Amino acid sequence: MNDDDARERNDSSVISRRDLLRTAGAAGAAALVPHSIAAAAPAEAIEAGAAALPGPSIATAPAPTGPLMNLTARETEILSAMVDRLIPSDELGPGALEAGALRFIDRALSEAESDSAGAYRSGLAALDRYSHYSRGAAFVELSATDQDSVLIDLQTGGATGANVGFVGSSGSFFNMVKSHTWQGTFGDPHYGGNVDFIGWDLIGYPGVRLQVSEEDQRALEADELTPVRRSAYDYATFRVDQ
Amino acid sequence: MATQLRGTDVVIVGLGAAGGVAAYPLAEAGLDVVGLEAGTWLDRRDFAPDEIRNNYRDWPMLIDKCEQERPTSRATSETTARRVGSHPMMNAVGGTSLHYWAQSWRLNPWDFRVVSETTRRYGRSRVPLGSTVEDWPFGYEELEPFYDRVEREVGVSGQAGNVRGAIDGRGNQFEGARAREFPMPPLRWTAFNERMAEAARAHGWHPFPGPAAINTERYQGRRGCGYHGFCSKGGCPIDAKNATHLTTIPKAVDTGNLRVVTQAHVTTVQVDADGRVTGVNYVSGGTEYFQPAKVVLLASYTYENVRMLLLSKSNAYPDGLANNRGQVGRHYLSHHQGAGVTALFPYDLDAWYGLPAQGVAVDDWADDNFDHTDLDFIGGGNLWAMSDRRPISAAGMSTFGRGRNWGSAWKRFIRENSDRSHYFYIQKTTLPYEDNYLDLDPGVTDPLGLPVIRITGHYKKNELALAAFMQDRAVEWYQKAGATEIVRGGLGNAMGASTHAYGGTRMGDDAETNVVDRWGFSHEAPNLGVLGASVMGTSGARNPTLTAQALSWRTAQHLVESWSDIAE
Repeated sequence: MNDDDARERNDSSVISRRDLLRTAGAAGAAALVPHSIAAAAPAEAIEAGAAALPGPSIATAPAPTGPLMNLTARETEILSAMVDRLIPSDELGPGALEAGALRFIDRALSEAESDSAGAYRSGLAALDRYSHYSRGAAFVELSATDQDSVLIDLQTGGATGANVGFVGSSGSFFNMVKSHTWQGTFGDPHYGGNVDFIGWDLIGYPGVRLQVSEEDQRALEADELTPVRRSAYDYATFRVDQ
Repeated sequence: MATQLRGTDVVIVGLGAAGGVAAYPLAEAGLDVVGLEAGTWLDRRDFAPDEIRNNYRDWPMLIDKCEQERPTSRATSETTARRVGSHPMMNAVGGTSLHYWAQSWRLNPWDFRVVSETTRRYGRSRVPLGSTVEDWPFGYEELEPFYDRVEREVGVSGQAGNVRGAIDGRGNQFEGARAREFPMPPLRWTAFNERMAEAARAHGWHPFPGPAAINTERYQGRRGCGYHGFCSKGGCPIDAKNATHLTTIPKAVDTGNLRVVTQAHVTTVQVDADGRVTGVNYVSGGTEYFQPAKVVLLASYTYENVRMLLLSKSNAYPDGLANNRGQVGRHYLSHHQGAGVTALFPYDLDAWYGLPAQGVAVDDWADDNFDHTDLDFIGGGNLWAMSDRRPISAAGMSTFGRGRNWGSAWKRFIRENSDRSHYFYIQKTTLPYEDNYLDLDPGVTDPLGLPVIRITGHYKKNELALAAFMQDRAVEWYQKAGATEIVRGGLGNAMGASTHAYGGTRMGDDAETNVVDRWGFSHEAPNLGVLGASVMGTSGARNPTLTAQALSWRTAQHLVESWSDIAE
């Protein structure tokens, strides 16, 4: 695929989506306000011997907006585009950006994954260099199709070339971002991702329960179990003061 | 200079699955016991059902000491060892029993007599060349009363298959005779478990529910399992998993004779000129202490037990404590439980609310339960169809060759299939060999400057042939249950760090080939005992913890009964 193809396929929907991200301070999740989970049955917690306390739910906190703390605006833009291709928003529903995976990664880089901050910085720069080198344009300027083909090169370790310079291999960078994107989409909302339970709804996970009775299991098997909308940390046992 | 503390009868290094059990019979008998634990007390508030924390950030295994002592590993002595990425050790009162899967199996009687039984049935030549396997110094019958005691004191649920020789088809007909039933009924089965059991029966096999140190009803004041789905690498938020910090340790504390010292990082075992141990040195809060004791029981993880011995050098033991015959670190094996098989089903398995200890076992192909005359290996594997799933790992499922594992097409795939995959990890007989061993790494140290353990080992012909055989059985089972896609994993190569780490301080009558005697005490330093799977010489086809706990109880009882011989 040559550079002209790439520009041709850079259709308007992709551009407008990217512009939207820029406008929103690159926090794709900002546009979505999570549903309240206040209606979650307190019986769940009582049954487990851990009555839910009243008070603000961590999972219902609005997705934070504004710039990320650990990445520059440019890095954020590239990462947004990548995360958006990994789990896209499409006719099946919202994707990783809407789930807050970007915010999840940013928070993780301040905390448990702080050792990875350097790998993000150098990897995102290398991704952009590879995009210029192999497709003749910055990653965010490519069409979705070309972005996908670049990411396939990354995943298979094939994103090499003069001055591209992935530390280790492009595959290890790809896998790191993929793993964190999955955590930020399908993990507990406590960490800033899985906003509005987008990830759990996608795969049909019926939510965190402390006590699952035999009747609950039979209901699950009959597709009649109502999903629980709460973070583990909404249960009184694990509630942490923020 | 270490601060000298008041002496005690027994010091236990490590209050986990093994030391936490031994403390109870010792304290109950009136001995003064000090339990030194590198970690702290944790409770149900520490055990949030949180996949990110437990399974991706490896909390709480990343706590301080054990993380700093991560072993290195390599396949053979010709290669350079690299530090392993993750490890199974943990520092807390209760140790790994806090977050383990709690499968609580007894070994099969064959596992105690691998050499003599193989020789009797097939000839001596069938014991693989290069293996250092020996019969245990005693048989299953000797350990049975201790299995029975631990099953009751700790609390194990399950279905008996052989009570005093009477076979019960609901349980494991291949198990050794037990004195009585389990104290609690087994964990329940899901519809998928039932389906797998039916498929096994259609093959003429004998499926049964596995045993677990998990309450299935109110037991000793604690509640039954909540099936919340976060048992793997997570503690139990309702105290239904019978970790020793809930069971034997509190009972020992209640006697008034066990003093638990937390955040105590033991560095060396001290000896006198006669080669008897005199106590241990530990660091806590930056201060070094010497805890004198008449008897020392090492009860940390296999890698830590071996490391402590190798690090404790003295005039009496220049190559490490209890190592004058060079046996410390030998006869090591990581249980071969990889070489798994993955399947995709055309229906939901409804596995979101389960646990790894909940499932269907088949022992028809385990141990020596089938004729090996025309086979090229000895031993066997335990087939285990569990019900366990969490969302992040479910979304990370194999795509079974249907294209890349991200993007819109993938999204459609997981929306349909995230609850339709299943994985057999298969626990198999694993033998010790001449050139598989533990020693101190020459280049990697912890922050105190002390070398970490180096694992050198790989699976051999017997393990690989057995792995291929077990994969065939697993495929047959999945096919009968209606799987549409079945993928086999590799047969195995290097041994990494394992949650099932056996040997290194093997138990046996022959002091030339074993570190501890039949009671678990050193052949060289008579008042030093070792607890844990590091004393086990064979793996069997099942989880080691219950056996390690039964052996611990037996060692402790022997110490009580032989106090004056051992301690004075």
